[in-house]
Amino acid sequence: MDAATKSESSSLHSSLRYKIIAMVGNENVHAATAADAIAGVQPKLVIEPGTGSELAEVLRVANEAGLAVIPRGGGTKLGWGNPPGRADLILSTARMTEIIEHAWADLTVSVEAGCTIQRLQETLAQHGQRLALDPLWPEKATVGGVLSTNDSGALRLRFGALRDLIIGATIALPDGTLASSGGKVVKNVAGYDLPKLVTGALGTLGVITRAVFRLHPLPRNTRSFSVFSAKAEESQRFVLAVQDSKLAHTFLQSHFSDEAPPVSDILFEGTEAGLAAQESQLRSLAAPANVMESSTPTWAAREELCNFVDPNTTAVAKVSLLPGDLARAMGEVEQAAKLHHLRWRALVYATGLGWVRLEGKPAALRGALQLLRVEMESHGGSLVALHRPEKMAEFDTWGSMGDALPLMKALKQRLDPKNTLNPGRFVGGI
Amino acid sequence: MEKRILDELRGIVGGRGLISSPEELHTYECDGLTNFRVMPCAVLLPNSTEEVQEIIRICHRERIPFVARGSGTGLSGGALPVKNGIVISLARMNRILEVDFPNARVVVEPGVINLDVTARVAPQDYFYAPDPSSQSICSIGGNVAENSGGAHCLKYGFTTTHVLGLEVVLSDGSLVHFGGKTLDAPGYDLAGVFVGSEGTLGVATKIILRIVKRPECIRTLLAAFPSTNEAGAAVSDIIGAGMLPAAIEMMDNLAIQAAEAAVHANYPNCGALLLVELDGPVAEVEALMTDVNEICRSNGASEIRVAQSDAERALVWKGRKSAFAAMGRISPNYIVQDGVIPRTALPRVLSEITRLSEEAGVRVANVFHAGDGNLHPLVLYDRRIAGQEAAAEGLSARILELCIEAGGSITGEHGVGEDKKKAMSKMFAEPDLATMQRVRCAFDPLQLSNPTKVFPTPRLCGEKPGEYVAHAAESAGIAERY
Repeated sequence: MDAATKSESSSLHSSLRYKIIAMVGNENVHAATAADAIAGVQPKLVIEPGTGSELAEVLRVANEAGLAVIPRGGGTKLGWGNPPGRADLILSTARMTEIIEHAWADLTVSVEAGCTIQRLQETLAQHGQRLALDPLWPEKATVGGVLSTNDSGALRLRFGALRDLIIGATIALPDGTLASSGGKVVKNVAGYDLPKLVTGALGTLGVITRAVFRLHPLPRNTRSFSVFSAKAEESQRFVLAVQDSKLAHTFLQSHFSDEAPPVSDILFEGTEAGLAAQESQLRSLAAPANVMESSTPTWAAREELCNFVDPNTTAVAKVSLLPGDLARAMGEVEQAAKLHHLRWRALVYATGLGWVRLEGKPAALRGALQLLRVEMESHGGSLVALHRPEKMAEFDTWGSMGDALPLMKALKQRLDPKNTLNPGRFVGGI
Repeated sequence: MEKRILDELRGIVGGRGLISSPEELHTYECDGLTNFRVMPCAVLLPNSTEEVQEIIRICHRERIPFVARGSGTGLSGGALPVKNGIVISLARMNRILEVDFPNARVVVEPGVINLDVTARVAPQDYFYAPDPSSQSICSIGGNVAENSGGAHCLKYGFTTTHVLGLEVVLSDGSLVHFGGKTLDAPGYDLAGVFVGSEGTLGVATKIILRIVKRPECIRTLLAAFPSTNEAGAAVSDIIGAGMLPAAIEMMDNLAIQAAEAAVHANYPNCGALLLVELDGPVAEVEALMTDVNEICRSNGASEIRVAQSDAERALVWKGRKSAFAAMGRISPNYIVQDGVIPRTALPRVLSEITRLSEEAGVRVANVFHAGDGNLHPLVLYDRRIAGQEAAAEGLSARILELCIEAGGSITGEHGVGEDKKKAMSKMFAEPDLATMQRVRCAFDPLQLSNPTKVFPTPRLCGEKPGEYVAHAAESAGIAERY
């Protein structure tokens, strides 16, 4: 940050800055640096409240002053979403990392939003349990960030998405309200399910300060296999056959790319006896020669796809399609890439959620994304562009919204009427 | 209701789709919770989404509150009519519109009966997982409103897990779509908020469901324990051993007696009965069943049986699922309570219920979804004995407080409805409830869709679209503008 910006940020907000310092302490308010920029938009201050109520207070004051607030956890997915229209303060949960209660005998955990997924999992593992979710970059990603971006991976097939794992949440609203909903029991239908509303809302409705999750036991044993196919149609047949079988697999994912024929990975968890029986069933479903036991689990596949080398020539999109459309969709990706001279690879789960990476010139990337979005949407799916080069011409992250957009805007208006939180980052300009 | 409005409504649904004679309206004056009764002005039976929209547009124009109703089996008064309002029965919209096996999706209208979805997909070996005890008569639309659970939600999740998309008529008559056949549609998870909102956010007219492949095998074990304490300890050990059974149900002695009297399920006569169901691949289930058997024995189970055939399994479940109705065999009147506690609080809460029951001189039979801590205490009384009804109601309310004190919930699956709206302010703080109300105002600013339910204090939404009209509650000074 240059000196001019620095003096501007302090002069613009000096009285406000003192107010905030009084709330959270001098050592927890920092001038934002270039590293804090969000999609090229430079905020002024980074604030690290120590508790949910401190966070709510800071948010209230910022909201009253008409400032734009960007909530931040580990910052691993801060690039997801459209660039913010404005950004003044980063509200960081870096100090809110407490695991409040691991009620292991009840299979639940209550945790502050800033706790990293890895630390949470390590604590849960002490009692043989886990949050049955495999989000990206768990060593840095936080509970709040993963919830806000609704990140999920291979385990979703068996255990559901975050919406199925979260049972309670506390959120701070821009007016300073600190509201809890849900609870700490797995079964509960009292009141509206606000934990689901804030999951995947990209921090545009409120800031999640704590969450309660239902947990699952760690598996007794696991075995994973890779199944090789000659082409996408064959791999679709295999995926649908497994889904229509009596196998109790934990995950099933397929890799496609411009350099190798498709491979599907399948993971089983259970007792030794159960695993042996499932292996033989699996071998009867696929041509036995094509099935290989994998020595290492294939968890890291999505992270590998997202850990690209050159951000200026890479685009990553999350696609959603029907499992029965897998081969057609992969054909479309291949064609679009060919047409625009791009390298490509994709990872698609049996749930129909997938990740596509394209590499090439920004204009070509844009062309391919546009084409693929039309394709996905015309078959009832979607394409969300999570990463695109800064030099690429404007391209909306989310795609076309249905007839519920006015209602979504009404919700935003009720909870964040001054458009304080993450302005312009979400769907339809929210 | 003014004749011109009735005529207009009749014009939409036809003469046979409108009920307005007092004799016929009696059928609709309550749902499964019969101690609240309100006569609606009219009941409408639309056949299509368009008809629902037209009805609701009139309600919006005339400021007439409406209550959607499925099969009317709800136990919290969610479908209780609202004074000066109409009831929209979705019973005629009962078509299964699409079955898509490769993608495991089914699209239904709201009046489709829960069990009919399974019946339709069973030939291909699929089932629809949420299974409330009333599944042979309750509707999917009602399940969506209440986020219904059932015995198997321990493993398979609740209605909300299985609803992927919704077509909804909002209270101004507009049609919106939430979610879809594919996952993670961009935008807020409105389907997640709508499911379980008890009809207060609009009327679902189409529902996209997920269906599940039937597991290779299902084994149901029945274990007899001296008391609920030993049975409860066995539940903890099963969960502690890292197993996730499809269902764990518990019944105490009084509940067993009633079920025996009603359906002759051939249950052993004991202090507490545990029913554990495991499903999955044969080898896996058999290995785990050995462990469950061992855990039950080491916790003092005197008799353990494993249902050997589908018929035996069905009988075991029939006893459990008819437990509520069976109470009629041992008591002239009873209150069905629905509360949730953390599983580990089970022994403490149960002994407290026993103590309170003795103190009040009112019997309590206990039926639970023990795996997830969902209690269904049945408070038995005889209305003819002076003071018993009041004692039973007092005890029932006290049990809910016990659940809240234990860190649980006032309802696990029956909903808040009319019945428990006062208890909401014991479970939630004012800012929590106010935030929920703000969500409601975004969906239904005029509060026409099942108003007066769920929330303890009526609140009005500010910034009403269109012309300002004072709400009756506001004029009467019983509600504040919000």
